[in-house]
Amino acid sequence: MTDMRTPLGKVRGLGSAKDGTSHFWRQRLTAVANVFLISFFVILVIALQGADYASFTEALQNPIISTLLLLVILVGCLHMKLGMQVIIEDYFHSEGLKLLLLMGNIFFASFIALASVVAVLKISFGG
Amino acid sequence: MAEFKLPQNSRMGEGKVWPKPEGATNTREYRIYRWSPDDGRNPRIDTYYVDADDCGPMVLDALIYIKDKVDPTLTFRRSCREGICGSCAMNIDGTNTLACTKGADECSHEIVKIYPLPHMPVVKDLVPDLTRFYAQHRSIEPWLKTTTPEPEKEWLQSYEDRQKLDGLYECILCACCSTSCPSYWWNGDRYLGPAVLLQAYRWLIDSRDEATGERLDNLEDPFRLYRCHTIMNCSQACPKGLNPAKAIAEIKKMMVERRV
Repeated sequence: MTDMRTPLGKVRGLGSAKDGTSHFWRQRLTAVANVFLISFFVILVIALQGADYASFTEALQNPIISTLLLLVILVGCLHMKLGMQVIIEDYFHSEGLKLLLLMGNIFFASFIALASVVAVLKISFGG
Repeated sequence: MAEFKLPQNSRMGEGKVWPKPEGATNTREYRIYRWSPDDGRNPRIDTYYVDADDCGPMVLDALIYIKDKVDPTLTFRRSCREGICGSCAMNIDGTNTLACTKGADECSHEIVKIYPLPHMPVVKDLVPDLTRFYAQHRSIEPWLKTTTPEPEKEWLQSYEDRQKLDGLYECILCACCSTSCPSYWWNGDRYLGPAVLLQAYRWLIDSRDEATGERLDNLEDPFRLYRCHTIMNCSQACPKGLNPAKAIAEIKKMMVERRV
């Protein structure tokens, strides 16, 4: 079918989504938070290097360590979800496939985040 | 998916090697993209030799030399020959730039390769179709918008506010920056691209304009504005030495500023 819309009509398309800044802001916010959170996580892993299971669970039962670890998971997964969303929007141009991938991205990030949260809570509450 | 390979009918082949100018001792080799909508052939690269002693110093001089003395069918746009009209924007020696301000001596390779601006439909040879680019420029409404009744003389602007337009008003809309941007290559139908966003910022920052909020509303979109991932090709390519990436960053700052 010949497209007879004017170039301006095509460019204006469906109009502005009036959104995008919240995504931009959250991606920067989580990036800044991750500087501290990932540093904490690396230090924790180094500190627990070679530790046995008992001392590992003991460390995770410290409320500050478990809270920070939960933040690492939640902030990290949110950042991962936001980043992957950009990649999908950049490179996939079939609307159907793009929608499926965007949904899958949310499901995957949510599952990883919640499964990790449950694991940390289970250990920190002595399960 | 993003296209990583050219479609079958766009793949380039070897073209004609044109004879060296007779009696020339100082020649420079040019390999130039050729494609015509009329002959049904794939694009090809023709090889030309230009007598450097009988030709001006710029790449545009060489193109005019070729058109005048070797092959009159070679098609390209040019007008002002001094970097103010933006007509002769093309990909020279791997970078989008203006043929009229790029010295042949400045090219980093002995053989100068010339292609049309990347990832745009080609009209013929070195002439890209910029229809969508111009429509995108139109879509940001690049004119002064005011509600206050017009003053008797002119809209006043302080010296400091006028200075904010420096580095923006010089844009000649040659499209070198937009067509160097991978985000524009992949999503040029929805992403406005660096040149148009720089123009948008030129009106956003103009102290006389009264439609700043409306302009920001129009740009606030995951594709129109936020496809910019600060790749910076735009600022590197700009033949006028402008910084579209900075202008886009300033728009993003305004977007955040109005909600925090």
